[in-house]
Amino acid sequence: MAFATLAASSGSNVASARRVGRVALILLLPGTLYLALFFLTPLISLLLTSLQAPVEFGDVGQYEAAFRWENYVAVVDAYGAQFLRSFLYAITATFFALLIGYPLAYFIGVTARPWPMLQGILLTLVIAPFFISFLLRTLAWKQLMSDDSAIVSALRFLSVLGESEPLTGTAFSVIFGLTYNFIPFMTLPIYTTLERLDLRYLEASADLYASPVTTFRTVTLPLSMPGVVSGTLLTFIPASGDYINASSSFLGSSSTSMIGNVIEANFLRLLNYPEASALSVLLMAIILVIVAAYVKRSGTEDLL
Amino acid sequence: MTALNTASRKHRPSTSLGRWLLPLYVAIALVFLLTPIVYTFVFSFNDSAKSNILWSGFTLDNWTNVCNAQGVCAAFGTSVVVGLIATAIATVLGTLMALALVRYRFRGRTALNLLLFLPMATPEVVLGAGLAAQFLTAGVAKGFLTIILAHALFCLSFVVVTVKARVTSLDPALEEAGRDLYGSPAQVFWRITFPLLLPGIVAAALLSFALSFDDFIITRFNNGPVETFPVYVYTAAARGLPAEANVVASAVFLLALAIVIGAQLTAASRRKRIAKT
Repeated sequence: MAFATLAASSGSNVASARRVGRVALILLLPGTLYLALFFLTPLISLLLTSLQAPVEFGDVGQYEAAFRWENYVAVVDAYGAQFLRSFLYAITATFFALLIGYPLAYFIGVTARPWPMLQGILLTLVIAPFFISFLLRTLAWKQLMSDDSAIVSALRFLSVLGESEPLTGTAFSVIFGLTYNFIPFMTLPIYTTLERLDLRYLEASADLYASPVTTFRTVTLPLSMPGVVSGTLLTFIPASGDYINASSSFLGSSSTSMIGNVIEANFLRLLNYPEASALSVLLMAIILVIVAAYVKRSGTEDLL
Repeated sequence: MTALNTASRKHRPSTSLGRWLLPLYVAIALVFLLTPIVYTFVFSFNDSAKSNILWSGFTLDNWTNVCNAQGVCAAFGTSVVVGLIATAIATVLGTLMALALVRYRFRGRTALNLLLFLPMATPEVVLGAGLAAQFLTAGVAKGFLTIILAHALFCLSFVVVTVKARVTSLDPALEEAGRDLYGSPAQVFWRITFPLLLPGIVAAALLSFALSFDDFIITRFNNGPVETFPVYVYTAAARGLPAEANVVASAVFLLALAIVIGAQLTAASRRKRIAKT
């Protein structure tokens, strides 16, 4: 009875060390095995597949085990532009999501603190987009930005947009979609840190004649940094691998395809498993390096 | 509370423009966030013959005959079943892991925490491609089973994080009191520990179901011929999505909203009860 021993072991009861060890093992084993089987092994499969070579005179989609490192050179040559575009789009979207998410989080966590009811309502509104299908909310924007929509007519009237220029299928619409879709991911972690911010610090800062701007820059912002780091990561990582916003049936076009679109096309349509896998391995490696460097620089290692 | 009140008031910018700037900004941001939801909801009532792009009159038909559109209801059903099974797997495995990770110190604990963090830090397209590559290598045919296995994987880490927070906040004195009153270990677990953890477990299960229900990217790599609701939307998007899809999404939205509001009201009434005593 694993549960029973668990309840007993947390207190002062002197259960034998071996027994406790066995309970921990029973609790951990199923989940750890699952992760090993369906997370670690797939990553290894990906690595092995990325080095496969096509079978000579074989059909499309037939590959054999090999160590074909040229696959990596080939994909960097062929899809370097898409890689660059993915990170550029993701960074821009993260920036705008922060620009929108931080004030939202500040208002809910600090300004609205005396009114818990209002806080609850606002938080619900912020996470509301989660409740409507990701694909449908993106399609809604596509239709709101379509050629005969009010938005496009207004932009054309103001000459921001040329007569025959479309709004969807551009870098603007893809970054717009990415920003929109990940705002809740940005807002929630920042809210969590700001909600716990002790307002007496702000008072102390004002008592020392700091202007509101100085108080924000030297007190509020540094104290909310852990939330900002989590929020930016939670936005940047999925945004850089996303292929829905940039897909041509949503907000993108062939000129906006990101690395996710290339992986999807190679894996599922062209059945070019080695190249799709090589791209995935590269994407994962680059993201891990960026995340590690970013977390180290911002001094919030304990986040992990 | 009053001290906090004055503090927050004192630090709001004093100019009248500054006072209104933040609320105005927040209001605009919220309108922006809610626009596609309102759009989806409104267009679920569109009397559209074929494509649901231009407004052509109000009708309730889409709501009353939602299954008329080919494939919508089947896809929705598949998503619900997949979500329930994947959530059950992830919640059980994740809760057990969360208990052990908070309550025990053991070798490899840091490594295990990292192993749990990594799936959340991996782009979905990599998770999807990895699983697909593995199923391909192992010769497993893609379908219902592979979707569930994939969904349970990405839900697992989120369950562990959610339940862990609850286990950490648990007051050990309550369990001690149970033991002091001669409760057997099993009694202490089922009558004290488990009920106290239940809100965390329920929250984790709801989150897990929501993640599974809305997942497209990972599913797309592992679905084979099986169509979940997001896969249906993606495929139909190319040729024009019927208004019935908006109906399903709007209904799910309202249900989720009701659950969240219900949870908040319960929490609020509990706070009031505690404040009174």
